[in-house]
Amino acid sequence: MIEVRHLSKNFGSTVAVKDVSFDVSRGEVLGFLGPNGAGKSTTMRILTGYIPPTEGTARVAGHDILEDSLSVRRRIGYLPEWAPLYGDMEVIDFLRFIADIRDIPPGETRERIARMVKVCGLEKVVGRVIHHLSRGYRQRVGLAQAMIHDPDILILDEPTSGLDPNQIIEIRELIKEIGRDKTVILSTHILPEVSQTCGRVLIINEGSLIASGAPEELARRFEGRGIVQIAVRGAPRETIETKLAAAPFVDAVRSLHSTGDGLHHFTIQGTETGGLGEKLFRLAVESSWTLAELHVEAATLEDVFRRLTRGENA
Amino acid sequence: MKNIWTITRKEFRSYFDSPVAYIYITFFLVLSSWLFLRGFFLVGQASMRGFFGILPWLLLFFVPAATMRLWAEEKKLGTIELLMTLPVKDHEVVLGKFLASFFFLTVTLALSFALPILISVLGDPDGGAIWGGYIGAVLLGASFLAIGLFVSSLTENQIVAFIIGITLIFAFFIVSEEFVLYNAPRRLVPILKFLGLGAHYDSIGRGVIDSRDVIYYLSVIGFFLFLNVRSVESRKWK
Ligand SMILES: Nc1ncnc2c1ncn2[C@@H]1O[C@H](COP(=O)(O)OP(=O)(O)OP(=O)(O)O)[C@@H](O)[C@H]1O
Ligand SMILES: [Mg+2]
Repeated sequence: MIEVRHLSKNFGSTVAVKDVSFDVSRGEVLGFLGPNGAGKSTTMRILTGYIPPTEGTARVAGHDILEDSLSVRRRIGYLPEWAPLYGDMEVIDFLRFIADIRDIPPGETRERIARMVKVCGLEKVVGRVIHHLSRGYRQRVGLAQAMIHDPDILILDEPTSGLDPNQIIEIRELIKEIGRDKTVILSTHILPEVSQTCGRVLIINEGSLIASGAPEELARRFEGRGIVQIAVRGAPRETIETKLAAAPFVDAVRSLHSTGDGLHHFTIQGTETGGLGEKLFRLAVESSWTLAELHVEAATLEDVFRRLTRGENA
Repeated sequence: MKNIWTITRKEFRSYFDSPVAYIYITFFLVLSSWLFLRGFFLVGQASMRGFFGILPWLLLFFVPAATMRLWAEEKKLGTIELLMTLPVKDHEVVLGKFLASFFFLTVTLALSFALPILISVLGDPDGGAIWGGYIGAVLLGASFLAIGLFVSSLTENQIVAFIIGITLIFAFFIVSEEFVLYNAPRRLVPILKFLGLGAHYDSIGRGVIDSRDVIYYLSVIGFFLFLNVRSVESRKWK
């Protein structure tokens, strides 16, 4: 549905997007993840035809974003960051305006608006002036506006910002549902949101794409550097601790507690990628300890994100 | 075509969504009527001459006030991003906004029609001159609007758009005034005379509608609308 090739965007000397390439297929929900100023919004603006790239190309539903911008815009529903809306209009008039521009047949307009009102929970505010709405309601009007023409592709820049917890859950459910037969790109700063709604994540930092994959896959890839908890018996606590700390693959050992039946609990941090659990198991066998418990703490997306965007190598 | 109309409708309505439009209209009508009636009762002549004489000076303030919001606010509030990522062409948006401001001006001018009606009750004015004056005013006003709209697209600050709008319109209006021509280098005189928005207004106001004057105004409008499209596109320049 979307093919992005070597996209770059400079603003004067600022490099906002640097050689980004990716594909999104139909029915996929793709999350853009990255710290402030990473280039998420800029990439979305390029895809929606608001600004052109400095270099590179992209195709949306088979149409080139520069040569056939109108066809691209027809296929996309876009919610810009901060949900800019015409404040002096009433919600209903605003949606009608968008419906007109989006070429929705006049006979269907009423029904489409009614559906958006229901889906986005706007019943209470349809007759109100947008200017007077709360931040969350404005966001919902922004979403309604983006979906009113039933687009194949939705591009949502921080769609859940400013919403209350219930609404966040509802909107996430909505996005997931839309994502079943539509293509969705969204950006967010909320990591759990990505794991919950997105099939795939792109982590962007300083304009460059630094990792991509399913949320669980990314987490798994970084698991080896994670932390392992073990419970061992067969030697005094100090002996075990010294021996663990001396092992070449162990970075740090923390003794937790010991139970009455001679079981000692430790938390161990590995030095390198992969296989920490396995190595610990071998060490225990060699030392004739009994390894009663071994629990590998999976890295969360949060760990992955922090590590990647702070410039540590993966 | 349909998109232009949709945008015109929205923008026209939004004039009346806030009290500002009513204040403008009232202000315009009260001021023009007062200035006109003062002259009318003093001189005692059943003519619209005085009215059409002051009209350009009122429009000089009225028009930039009516156009300053049209682009500046879109830029300030970020709605321009929403608008320009809808499936509309840049020139459709420019034309739509221009037409909305044009209708707003036309409505205002039409309301001042009470004055000629009053005059024809009291005396026997020259109908041709009145019609000519209104046609001239509409053309002149539309040219002012095109300039004001263009200026609005250059800034996100409405006050700046208002002040630069007045300045630019003023400059275009007075270049053909006698005292400017008198002081200008001899070779520039015909050019200035042609460029000045005022000279053409005067000749239409006499009741003679020359196609050259009409074409002149249409070209000014076209030129500034073209600049407006370019300025909206400028976000796409690398
Ligand atoms: N119109 C512009 N002119 C100049 N620089 C810009 C412009 N738009 C964006 N930038 C710069 O480009 C970089 C990327 O900005 P962008 O808005 O894409 O970041 P983002 O990932 O969306 O950040 P956030 O999470 O804060 O929304 C930033 O350094 C920003 O300052
Ligand atoms: Mg952003």
